[in-house]
Amino acid sequence: MTLTVTDLAITRGGIPVLEGLSFTLPPGKALILRGPNGIGKTTLLRTLAGLQPPLTGRIDGAEDQIAYASHSDGLKPTLTVTENLSFWAAVFGTKDIQPALDAFALNELSDRHAGNLSAGQKRRLGLARMLVTGRPIWMLDEPTVSLDKNAVQMFADAVRAHLGQGGSALIATHIDLGLDGEVLDVGPNKAKPKPIDDFDGGFL
Amino acid sequence: MIALLLRDLKLAFRAGGGFGLGLAFFLIVTVLVPFSVGPQSSLLSTIAPGVLWLGALLACLLSLDRLLALDWEDGSLDLLATAPLPLEAVVTIKALAHWLTTGLPLVLAAPFLGVLLNLPAPGFAWLVISLLIGTPAMSVIGTFGAALTVGLKRGGLLLSLLVLPLYVPTLIFGAEVARRGATGMETQTPLLMLAGITAATVALLPFASAAVLRINLR
Repeated sequence: MTLTVTDLAITRGGIPVLEGLSFTLPPGKALILRGPNGIGKTTLLRTLAGLQPPLTGRIDGAEDQIAYASHSDGLKPTLTVTENLSFWAAVFGTKDIQPALDAFALNELSDRHAGNLSAGQKRRLGLARMLVTGRPIWMLDEPTVSLDKNAVQMFADAVRAHLGQGGSALIATHIDLGLDGEVLDVGPNKAKPKPIDDFDGGFL
Repeated sequence: MIALLLRDLKLAFRAGGGFGLGLAFFLIVTVLVPFSVGPQSSLLSTIAPGVLWLGALLACLLSLDRLLALDWEDGSLDLLATAPLPLEAVVTIKALAHWLTTGLPLVLAAPFLGVLLNLPAPGFAWLVISLLIGTPAMSVIGTFGAALTVGLKRGGLLLSLLVLPLYVPTLIFGAEVARRGATGMETQTPLLMLAGITAATVALLPFASAAVLRINLR
């Protein structure tokens, strides 16, 4: 499943943030999304995940192939680690959560309430959710926030395994994950302010 | 879908889930009314159907602002919107879970609280029937209001103001069924109106809720 984006322009709060963005994400590849704060990386991921419509441009590649991980992990503090993961597995129609628990070393924590986990442990659980979705295209928004070195390695290994199985990933991050993915710097695609035309100028 | 329903029910019964909030409010209202209006049993039995219906409605309203807000805050609403479930199904299940944890307990508690207000004997069955038919509409309308205000800080106030007028037809016909039932009059007309309102809201409002939710998540 190849994701192809052609001449995409996106808005945040009605203001254009990125424009003229084109790239392809073939199976087995990772794309590292870079750019300064506020450039619209999160907005881009949300648009690709189908949470908001693009201003212009085309996104080819089925929306229902995308698994999206936002800044927040979508965990319920009063449910245990296993219950949280099993819920998402059931929503996505998969059954087996054991590989996800193994990949992020959550076995020891499986009976703990998510509310009692540390920030890094919660993040690991949030990332483990990606494995139970069973979807080929991963969209990750700052996945390594509050992870320690070990856990970053775990995450990089999980992404590598995912790519090895023919999946793909678009990762917005500021750190080097040691993945051999291409870097997509969206800095040059910053939307230019619309020039003031005669009509608007008349008000000034 | 079953998984979402089970999760919501589980969450409601766990610590801090808010199950019992509506029930406690309903109890407080019906216990306090006799103190405030005085102990004349004839007056109490006249107003009992209306007070019980109003109490149930306000108890229902009380729990609405958590209906979608919690899922929005922890990000699971975004994730549900990108999941294979259609949003229409998500809001329907959410409304169903709300009814099972708030509406149904109110229906079951109403006859016991009716005793406190000296509800006439023939009124008990009609009170339960009217609440049983009317409360699903309150959950579905409430979910629509919650979808409209999700993401707003302190949206609960706006939610109440938006939802209250939509509750009025259900309240009028529901309380009318209970009142007529209690005084031995025929109840068919308001009962049919009440059932019609519930059927229409359950059939149509989930689509509206899903549509406004999509816009709100942008």
